Amino acid sequence: MSSAHTKTEHGHTDHNYLNHGSGIWSWMTTLDHKRIGLMYFATVATLFLIGGFFALGIRLHLAKFGAEPLLDPDTYNKFMTFHGAIMVFMVIIPGIPAFLGNFVLPIQLGAKDVAFPRLNLASYYVFIAGALIAASSMVFNQVDTGWTFYTPYSTSKTSNGVILLVLGAFTMGFSSILTGLNFIVTTHKLRAPGMTMDRIPLMIWALYSTSIIQILATPILAITLLLIGAEKTLGVGIFDPDLGGDPVLFQHFFWFYSHPAVYIMILPAMGVISELITAFSKKTIFGYRAIAYSSVAIAAVSFLVWGHHMFVSGQSTLAGILFSLITMFVGVPTAIKLFNWISTMYRGTVTFDAPMLFALGFMFLFTIGGLTGVFLASTGMDVHFHDTYFVVAHFHYVMVGGTLMALMGGIFYWFPKMFGKMTSDLGGRISWVLIFTGFNVTFFPQFVLGAMGMPRRYFDYLPEYTNLNQISTIGSWLIGLGFLVGLITIIHGILKGEKASDNPWGAKTLEWQTSSPPPHENFTTTPTVTAGPYDFR
Amino acid sequence: MTSVSSSGEFHHQHHFKSAEHQYASSKQGIWLFLCTEILMFGGLFVGYLIYHSLYPTVFKNGSETLDWKMGAVNTIVLLVSSFTMAAAINYVQRGLHKIAAIMLVITIACAGAFMVIKYFEYSHKFHVGTVPGKFSLVDPSCGAGGKRADCESKISALLKNPAELEKNHVSAEEVSRLKAVISQPKWEMFYGFYFVMTGLHGVHVVAGALLIFWVFIKTLNRKVGPEYYTPVEGVGLFWHVVDLVWIYLFPLLYLVG
Repeated sequence: MSSAHTKTEHGHTDHNYLNHGSGIWSWMTTLDHKRIGLMYFATVATLFLIGGFFALGIRLHLAKFGAEPLLDPDTYNKFMTFHGAIMVFMVIIPGIPAFLGNFVLPIQLGAKDVAFPRLNLASYYVFIAGALIAASSMVFNQVDTGWTFYTPYSTSKTSNGVILLVLGAFTMGFSSILTGLNFIVTTHKLRAPGMTMDRIPLMIWALYSTSIIQILATPILAITLLLIGAEKTLGVGIFDPDLGGDPVLFQHFFWFYSHPAVYIMILPAMGVISELITAFSKKTIFGYRAIAYSSVAIAAVSFLVWGHHMFVSGQSTLAGILFSLITMFVGVPTAIKLFNWISTMYRGTVTFDAPMLFALGFMFLFTIGGLTGVFLASTGMDVHFHDTYFVVAHFHYVMVGGTLMALMGGIFYWFPKMFGKMTSDLGGRISWVLIFTGFNVTFFPQFVLGAMGMPRRYFDYLPEYTNLNQISTIGSWLIGLGFLVGLITIIHGILKGEKASDNPWGAKTLEWQTSSPPPHENFTTTPTVTAGPYDFR
Repeated sequence: MTSVSSSGEFHHQHHFKSAEHQYASSKQGIWLFLCTEILMFGGLFVGYLIYHSLYPTVFKNGSETLDWKMGAVNTIVLLVSSFTMAAAINYVQRGLHKIAAIMLVITIACAGAFMVIKYFEYSHKFHVGTVPGKFSLVDPSCGAGGKRADCESKISALLKNPAELEKNHVSAEEVSRLKAVISQPKWEMFYGFYFVMTGLHGVHVVAGALLIFWVFIKTLNRKVGPEYYTPVEGVGLFWHVVDLVWIYLFPLLYLVG
């Protein structure tokens, strides 16, 4: 960004946000958005390892290598539930916004901090509290409902552990709302002089759209989860057919949140990709406005598509057709982004550093995920694919292949800014190769399994599904290994990484105009912005 | 960080340009939060709408067993409290701390009165047995077996016993209303909504009262004043939303039915 006055006084680079205060207490009570971002990083990474443990358990069981099944059906259901609940509510939803977003959003805007620093810290602790409440269900009363808590099973049949898990999700939703609220106000009110709304980086547009979804959708989840709690403790009957309630109403409520939540996961990922593509192509982004507005468009349309989860729930044909049409419409803004990224790379000076590899991996995997989404959006085909491994493969391609690829790319991209050190590029690339290969080996066979008719969530399967399941399991180890290499690379970078310059990638957005790591208040002098965010050449 | 020093000079937080800048930002944040509150109750209102159209008679009969007079008194109590809250904000803005504190105390008192009235309404329902779901069964042995249909409901047992009725302040007129309710299948649905909606609202009333107490302390200590009154105004807006939700709950539950 060609901003006029963003001098970084190199004499003072020894003083930065990392050593601004010392001791664990200065971290626990910090109001600095950068530190809070890193605290989210540590938390989410830990939770990711736990969720990944359950995933490997599920896959290992389904490979059926031994004569005896690894898990009994009950334990299998619990593994599946905790894998889903942890990964969705505690890893992918907060992953990019709360961690990367918290770190870069104020710096990219040229602000000293988010609008409400104390609220920011509070939302971190609310998140921790929610995670602990949810995790306590593992100790006291395990849950076997799947992360979707479908009624009437969750309300009338299964154990009371559901109450703990939904209460935890409710609490984490509160944290999500507070973070979103903070980002919206920060974007509106704390932009540096000259930083007009059509000059904010695309990462900010993505986070801003995400925040709108967080604010508008999460309250519906809150009331839905409260109703499950009320149903379990008081038996209010709103979802209980015995008392006149309607279990399908739960699905409407749940997906009215949870479909937009899919975009809470993927929109920030798209923001990261926009940053990576332009930085590693050394070229101004193609179609800035189109990418920016398509984020808002996705946010808006996301609220109108929940019914595609319910094509087989007995909703009317007309509703099915409408939801099918609107769902396919999501493809338009998504494709706008993808084509603009490709146009950005065209005739750019593309370098394939680890972050760029993750960005390309994102584009590849998300395209597969998105196109199979069109299959599932078609009412007729969905009847066949519904609740099969085709769906499992589809949403893993979107959520893992999309969000986690972007998250890894974002970590390697902003790592020099976070810690003032470089990660080993080789480590990053090895990690990418393993994750990317492993991912396709794991989930591509699941498309085939789903098309063959293997239902999702089942403990056992017919003999003809064995080979593909075993291939899938081998792939899951590759993914696990890839993330392990990634983790080692990151830890190695923190401990032994080479010292990073202020702008190692030659990127243009504001965060690269300050020192690495940035000082406590981000900039020594508030920058003045005079041009668009990606003015290469 | 945000406080009024003894000289009455207000220091805004370091990352804002000015006090006005901070005030505008805080206000935007509060309004966004209130949107989420309204959306959360919105889920319940949508549910109410759906089940009301499915079981109109249940909701009509159910609403007739509620005491609209108590509901009306509570509406007035909350309206008064909204007025005193608004007045308190106004007095704080003008630096009249004493009268502002009095207004805040009245607001808290109104919140208390609201909850006391609610307590009488709730406890009456507990006695009669018009409670949601599984607690509306006669004796626990019925509930345990899960055979609701084979059991008499607590209400019909109660209705057979005039002495019990008198003890629970049930008039002959109410008996006929209660009979009308339990003659309908799925009658528990109305009380499910009644308790969830008023319960969630009640939690908000208590939370609001605590928040008002917090700004009351701030007012007493002169932490707020003409230069800085964001917390008072924010809490006030929250309190108005709590009031507003009741303004919708009262006619929907007590009057329309």
